[in-house]
Amino acid sequence: MSPKRPAEQLNESILIRRIREGEHELFYELVRPYERRVYAAAFAILRNEADAEDVAQEAVLKAFKHIRQFREEARFSTWLIQITVNEARMRRRKAHANIMEPIADWQDEEGNYTPRDFADWREIPSETLERNEVRQKLAEALAQLGHIYREVFVLRDMKHLSIEETARALGISTASVKTRLLRARLMLRDLLAPGLGGAWSSKLSFEKGAKPW
Amino acid sequence: MVVNCEHVWREVSNYLDGEVEPNLRAAIEEHIRGCTRCAAVLYGTRNVIQLYGDDRMLEVPLGYSQRLHRRLDENMPSNRRSFLGWMVAAAAACLIFGTLEVTRGSAFRVPQLRSQLAEPGNGVPPEMLVVVSENGKLFHVAGCEYIHEKTKLRTVTAGEASQEGYAPCVRCLRKYLADVTHPAPKSTLPSRPA
Repeated sequence: MSPKRPAEQLNESILIRRIREGEHELFYELVRPYERRVYAAAFAILRNEADAEDVAQEAVLKAFKHIRQFREEARFSTWLIQITVNEARMRRRKAHANIMEPIADWQDEEGNYTPRDFADWREIPSETLERNEVRQKLAEALAQLGHIYREVFVLRDMKHLSIEETARALGISTASVKTRLLRARLMLRDLLAPGLGGAWSSKLSFEKGAKPW
Repeated sequence: MVVNCEHVWREVSNYLDGEVEPNLRAAIEEHIRGCTRCAAVLYGTRNVIQLYGDDRMLEVPLGYSQRLHRRLDENMPSNRRSFLGWMVAAAAACLIFGTLEVTRGSAFRVPQLRSQLAEPGNGVPPEMLVVVSENGKLFHVAGCEYIHEKTKLRTVTAGEASQEGYAPCVRCLRKYLADVTHPAPKSTLPSRPA
């Protein structure tokens, strides 16, 4: 995530102060830039649109009700994501019995990871994402990750939080963020690469070994 | 510095994030130039980051923002305060209206006289017992010869009679009419022989 400009941060501080002083309607303005990120964080943990939206609403409401507890040494966005992550984790725990976690969750976080696929996958035009089929395959691959990897990957690579912000939001160390991020990226690469039956070649009806673009 | 394939795989993520020291970076780049497997891993990982980093990859459900704002609307204290304010205002209005009604019905109310030509009187002792007739317009001292409909009389206090719109008799209660500060239009009152 690109660092926030001082003017933006100042503006955010002013907004928060005014909300605390009773101008509650300004909360909409404060939270608007982070609405999508809140949903993404919830979705990364829950993998279900309806649950993610419900949790996103709960998290935003909770942030509003507890805005006086927000300490301004952290960023508001990080605090908001922390609330979202906590809410989503609680929801997931409640429904744990009904959720089949992907096999990747059982893998050893500390052990070495060896890439499975070494096919050349060098060029990638952005137009590929115009295709629903491609986006669908990417979403399916993401859903196959264990939640500890998916959480980190979504916040860091999809919502562009920094390593430190991701660590704070998830309540883990920066070292854990880096380890999990590496795993997540490599696992996704294995799932998608056009070599050993990666999504591009086998499931998207591309010729084996050929690039889909 | 020389690195092997496993070293590259461990650092590929940090390398792409720009989080490796210059010496290690140079060593990785040197290794990749001669290792197609590591090059495949590096470029593939870069592609993953690029693909998933695109905003199109995580679209929010249609109407998500509107539903979120509606939920916030429902929980905004300003709205509740506004509603409470309306309730307080309504209660205050009811109280004022009720007070006015009570006041109108109380002894402070200036009664509407049954006769537009009569005078309300001045200083009639409210406890004084007087008599009124059902269809009459004046109250009288018992036995006054100017009482009409003597069969339908009731005895009430002067105060009650006044509240019901009766006025003092111009004969038997004349003395209470002498000091009236705003006299009735006497010019229109037909003179009556004493």
